[in-house]
Amino acid sequence: MSSYKIIDHEYDVIVLGAGGSGLRAAVGLSEAGLKTACISKVFPTRSHTSAAQGGISASLGNMGEDDWRWHMYDTVKGADWLGDQDSIEYLCKEAPAAVIELEKYGVPFSRTEDGKIYQRPFGGMTKNYGNGIVQRTCAAADRTGHAILHTLYGQALKHNTEFFIEYFALDLLMKDGECKGLIAWNLNDGTIHRFRAHSTIIATGGYGKAYYSATSAHTCTGDGNAMVLRAGLPLQDMEFVQFHPTGIYGHGTLISEGVRGEGGYLVNSKGERFMERYAPNAKDLASRDVVSRSMSIEINEGRGVGKEQDHVHLHLSHLDKSIIESRLPGITEAARLFANVDVTKEPIPVVPTVHYNMGGIPTNYKAEVLTGNDSNKTVPGLMAIGEAACVSVHGANRLGSNSLIDLVVFGRAAARRAAELVKPGTPHEDIGESETEKCLERFDKLRNSNGENNTSELRLSMQKTMQSKCAVFRTEKTLKEGVDEIRKTYDGMDSISVKDRSLIFNTDLVETLEFDNLIRQAITTVDSAYNRQESRGAHAREDFPKRDDEKFMQHTIAWCNGKDTKIGYRPVTKTTLTNEVQYFPPQERVY
Amino acid sequence: MVQINLPKNSEVLKGIYYQDKTGSKNIRKVNVYRWDPSNGENPREDTYEVDMDNCPSKVLDILNKIKNEIDPSLAYRRSCAHGVCGSCAMNMDGKNGLACTKPHSEIEGDINIYPLPHLKVKKDLIGDLSGLYKQYESIEPWLKTNTKVETTEIIQSQKDRKKLDGAYECIMCACCSTSCPSYWWNEDKFLGPAVLLQAYRWIVDSRDDERKERLKKVADELKLYRCHTIMNCTNACPKGLNPAKAIAELKKMLATS
Repeated sequence: MSSYKIIDHEYDVIVLGAGGSGLRAAVGLSEAGLKTACISKVFPTRSHTSAAQGGISASLGNMGEDDWRWHMYDTVKGADWLGDQDSIEYLCKEAPAAVIELEKYGVPFSRTEDGKIYQRPFGGMTKNYGNGIVQRTCAAADRTGHAILHTLYGQALKHNTEFFIEYFALDLLMKDGECKGLIAWNLNDGTIHRFRAHSTIIATGGYGKAYYSATSAHTCTGDGNAMVLRAGLPLQDMEFVQFHPTGIYGHGTLISEGVRGEGGYLVNSKGERFMERYAPNAKDLASRDVVSRSMSIEINEGRGVGKEQDHVHLHLSHLDKSIIESRLPGITEAARLFANVDVTKEPIPVVPTVHYNMGGIPTNYKAEVLTGNDSNKTVPGLMAIGEAACVSVHGANRLGSNSLIDLVVFGRAAARRAAELVKPGTPHEDIGESETEKCLERFDKLRNSNGENNTSELRLSMQKTMQSKCAVFRTEKTLKEGVDEIRKTYDGMDSISVKDRSLIFNTDLVETLEFDNLIRQAITTVDSAYNRQESRGAHAREDFPKRDDEKFMQHTIAWCNGKDTKIGYRPVTKTTLTNEVQYFPPQERVY
Repeated sequence: MVQINLPKNSEVLKGIYYQDKTGSKNIRKVNVYRWDPSNGENPREDTYEVDMDNCPSKVLDILNKIKNEIDPSLAYRRSCAHGVCGSCAMNMDGKNGLACTKPHSEIEGDINIYPLPHLKVKKDLIGDLSGLYKQYESIEPWLKTNTKVETTEIIQSQKDRKKLDGAYECIMCACCSTSCPSYWWNEDKFLGPAVLLQAYRWIVDSRDDERKERLKKVADELKLYRCHTIMNCTNACPKGLNPAKAIAELKKMLATS
């Protein structure tokens, strides 16, 4: 592939992705004196962290007594005991300091009457191990993600992080099982760049766009996950896809759980607050998988609203107008723009919508990527954080507001760990050209594809398959159909068509590369789901309605080469990090 | 009389006409600015006939439809699709806005879609915002505090926090700055409404201890006082913010300090 000019760079550490976790890592790395590059396919403040609304969890106790152990218990339970308890302990214990740090960076949190950070109730967040609701979710109105993302970008500027913006990453550079950096394509001028680094931190977010209806941005294509698969490494727990209960019907725009936190509730066509039946204690603030399933049951049993009776209503018009104005201005705007609804007068039509990937690149609590073969063996030179990673703190179901805290806690942890592992200015060894050749061959082949199938058609076919065969409720039959159908779509890539041959902002090729990334993750998702014969968290099997701890209290590990997958399992960590808290053994999960 | 002409290579030529192939009875003509930096050709305006019976309500839906079904080579930025990331800022029907929140029903007649005005174009609808980003860096958008307290937050009253409303929500889409004639003329020296709004956001943050230094830094004939209160910025803001007011507040603070 000598036709592509390659520009070489050498860094101590590179971060791929500039959302909340990538920026937090970059700040820490720059602070530690490591020469750091942050590479992103979009300008940092365009990252999807900006869409997070409701808040960031931390047991600050500003609105009543709280304890990080309670937070830990809630997270373990929310995860339906698939989370690793050492990582969850780390997350919840570090959370308050991480939020205070964000406040010091300048995040404009909403305030309590005495001027402290305002905290709201959120699904699954309780006091004293499940006994009553706690206000733990720190909020900047309903624009918390936006506020955090912009603030973190400011911090990265303060620390002179070097950014490579609108660079699309192609592949990791691997040598003898170690990661040596990555190759990226600069969309601004069409050049190819090879970044060498002693540590590569993947922070590329989730892959919601594998589904048809998602709250995810168009750019949520899990590029880092796919790079890991192509490097011959596995992804973990990919069957666990979170459906957010309240995406706007027909459009998918997120309506924050904060609406229910502030007192909003769901209603079916009979006018019933049906969540009272499914979760007598937590009601509308049960965890997301529970609420989404309850909504689906209501709809399936004919109690949906609308012409097609295929969605439900979210009421908030009973709330005080001043609360709506001060705490929920963003969703007021979204409801007006995308549902044509005045929330002070009418309910918002909502439906469970794909929102978050609990699965991703397996790591330990220090953010080091695991090989998956031996449960604790790490891949030298490779780390992963944020939604791209599976630490695993969210297990089978993430609690609302636990993702923003995951970003900053593990972004910080990754920077700390890299600072321990990498000595600034260490020279880079030679890695040869074969990996670069392989990467550019794929790039060049896709760029010059001259087939019959438009990328957009294949993408739509994948999205429809995932939406109908791997949704809220799953069965052996639908999943088997999914396993087969998704491979047909994959085969369509043999005759894919790219019309634009140029190299500067060739978004036709970008979308094709993104599709190539998505389809691999779609395959691992549906295969992992097919193999998990139990119901746990977001993975609800109608044919296996019970959780099976004996057989499946294990992480799924999936390798994927083209359309061939290999599925294995590794144990869930059943020990805590310290003796400050005891292991929470599995219980029946009721809200 | 001196005659001022645009250079020949910047003239927008009539481009390709894409006739509808769906047989739809409900067609709208969409004229889109196209320019490819790699072929040395002039910019052109392509016209697409779009079947509106199968198109959701926003201008971005039209662009996605064109890219997915008619012409995959069309280049534009888009991400969140609900007005929070600021990627899809462009000029529609002569007005700056976000394609993902702009209903096409608000546009009468043919739909004209151009890049944000007065930016160097990178390709098609993609403008070069690097100048604006550099200016954003120059206002040092981070909290400067002398507080020694590390374990708790800095206390801020609800009243002080309220001062940030209308400023922190900016999504940096650049709709305002690229609608401002002063910015068109002096984009290298005048900070423009988007960046001044951000400067204001840090100046009014009660937690910040360098208010005076920040004010002094923007108190410059070109950086701030090129604003002639034309108010295009406030009209253009797709988030309903009011940069013109923030700029007026800055001027007032300087006049009274």
